[in-house]
Amino acid sequence: MNMVVCCKQVIDPEAPPASFSIDSAANKVIPPAGIPPVVNPFDEQAVEAALRVKDAIGGKITVISLGVNLTRDVIKKPLSMGADELILLEDEAFEGGDSWSTAYALAMAIKKVGEYDIIFCGRQASDWDAGQVGLGIAEILGIPSVTVAKKAEVINGKARVERVVADGYEIVEVTLPALITITNELGEARYPTLRGIMAAAKKQPIIWKPADIEVESSQIGAAGRRAKLVKLFQPVREGKCEIIEGDDVADTAAKLAMKLRGLKVI
Amino acid sequence: MAEYKGVMVLGEVIDGKLAAIATEILGCGRRLADELKEELSCILMGGEVAKVADEVIAFGADKVYIAEDSLLKDYRTDSYIVVTEKIVQEATPRILLLGQTAVGRDLAPKLAFRLGTSLATDCLELEVDTEAKLLSATRSVYGGNARAIFTSESLPQMATARQKAMSPLERDDSRKGETISVKVEIDPAEIRTNVIEKVKEEAVGIKLEDASIIVSGGRGIGGPEGFKQLEELAKILKGAVGASRPPCDNGWTPTTAQVGLTGKIVAPDLYIAVAISGASQHLAGCSGSKNIVAINRDAEANIFKEACLGVVTDWKQIIPPFTEKVRELMAG
Ligand SMILES: Cc1cc2nc3c(=O)[nH]c(=O)nc-3n(C[C@H](O)[C@H](O)[C@H](O)COP(=O)(O)OP(=O)(O)OC[C@H]3O[C@@H](n4cnc5c(N)ncnc54)[C@H](O)[C@@H]3O)c2cc1C
Repeated sequence: MNMVVCCKQVIDPEAPPASFSIDSAANKVIPPAGIPPVVNPFDEQAVEAALRVKDAIGGKITVISLGVNLTRDVIKKPLSMGADELILLEDEAFEGGDSWSTAYALAMAIKKVGEYDIIFCGRQASDWDAGQVGLGIAEILGIPSVTVAKKAEVINGKARVERVVADGYEIVEVTLPALITITNELGEARYPTLRGIMAAAKKQPIIWKPADIEVESSQIGAAGRRAKLVKLFQPVREGKCEIIEGDDVADTAAKLAMKLRGLKVI
Repeated sequence: MAEYKGVMVLGEVIDGKLAAIATEILGCGRRLADELKEELSCILMGGEVAKVADEVIAFGADKVYIAEDSLLKDYRTDSYIVVTEKIVQEATPRILLLGQTAVGRDLAPKLAFRLGTSLATDCLELEVDTEAKLLSATRSVYGGNARAIFTSESLPQMATARQKAMSPLERDDSRKGETISVKVEIDPAEIRTNVIEKVKEEAVGIKLEDASIIVSGGRGIGGPEGFKQLEELAKILKGAVGASRPPCDNGWTPTTAQVGLTGKIVAPDLYIAVAISGASQHLAGCSGSKNIVAINRDAEANIFKEACLGVVTDWKQIIPPFTEKVRELMAG
């Protein structure tokens, strides 16, 4: 199995909400001081999904990351988890893209990788939460896709995928090559082992520039955008919480219940 | 080239019934169409969907495109996309709306790429500038920490709407509309996915999305036993049990109970958040609730910023006497 996993570096989505701030003049998020970026958690689980396939039937895992200022310790994590190769699309020209230009660049990079049976992506990146790039790659490459998967196995040359839906999941079979997006219900991604970390330290990522993947600079990054970001802002929360206190817990509990009765919600 | 005009929505039908989200985007679509002084149309796709066409009209559509085929019985990307692509290419709507559901999440991005246009997913608000006829789509981004407004110059302007973010119209059965049956040749060989089995995992009782009271537990509940206590409280309140992500990831409660950005979107009258810190990704799923009560031992927890009532204590202390008091009130 030749597998490709697309991994994005993002600001830590689990950082305390108070650390989140925006530069409204630039319409950009200010990375929180002292909190290092992470690999998008869903992408990390996409690496895990690929590793499980590799554990079961063998194969090669190539990870591709697009971005600028990619922190080596962060972006090499998939290698330390057990991926075989890391390709970085690291160039100013790739910056400021939207789902379109990002999917296009990644699809072209995957074409250059050549052989692939499964492409794994996270269901969405935890910064823009759009959930479009994976499907965009599939559409550009003309391959089928299954989204929001909590399990992916290869059986008789096809992928058997458990796709999460509102009331449970569907078992879907898809022909290969295919693109599969992974959700957290897959389970935790493995921790890198010491051996994995040492092996990753020795591996150098391969860096591709726009010319390497034969893309025009007008089609990638900010130049290739189709969606225009008009404004980025933080919603205001009113924050008027009444704290209920009583003489003891029984009293507090009774006060809370009466309060809710007063509001006519119970 | 054809002129792009009008607003079109994709109306999901689940188990033969028009989905709530369909009525929501019809409501939104009607408003946008009225502002543009254009028509609102709706696509219905499935094995048997024609019977809800009248309902779609009653909820605001002027025109309903109906595509029925046994190959459309289950949602599959490849078959649904062929049908939608054909209808959209022929009807050339200016605006195309879908719901942010298992179907919308899967279909909308692929369709946008196929049509060569851009898409704003998971929108909270949709407005139209009647001069420029430009849709501005307000999305939740950064896990709910921020909002972003997007526009697109390419047509059709596509968006998916978050569930419960838009209001349906009052159903009006006297409304008139036109139905058009669409014949689309679907080549079974071109459908590259196959649904082998559908596994239902939902807890019995009231559906989380429909419950008017939700008792929701977080990581601080500590295990499945704690959820039993929440279930008891929910039962007395005739509500449902929800959860933040960690209890679902840990298997303390079914994953279908997850509330949040990547779980269920709920908007009950009462949402009791027990031992939930109030991460933005969780609030994304419950901030539409009319009243949020927070029970948390950490007075600094973010959930108190969203709640109207709070108790700062160990949940194990307060839930038993609270459950008893509620039992008394409900009985009396
Ligand atoms: C892309 C992305 C998507 C996500 N989607 C979702 C989603 O859809 N839904 C979701 O919920 N999360 C989601 N998350 C996870 C989210 O960021 C948080 O990690 C999660 O919501 C935290 O859950 P929690 O509040 O239960 O746990 P914690 O943040 O660990 O909070 C536990 C709380 O319990 C309190 N507590 C502990 N013990 C007790 C006690 N005995 N009595 C009273 N209080 C106690 C603590 O004070 C604390 O406030 C997502 C994350 C990412 C990155």
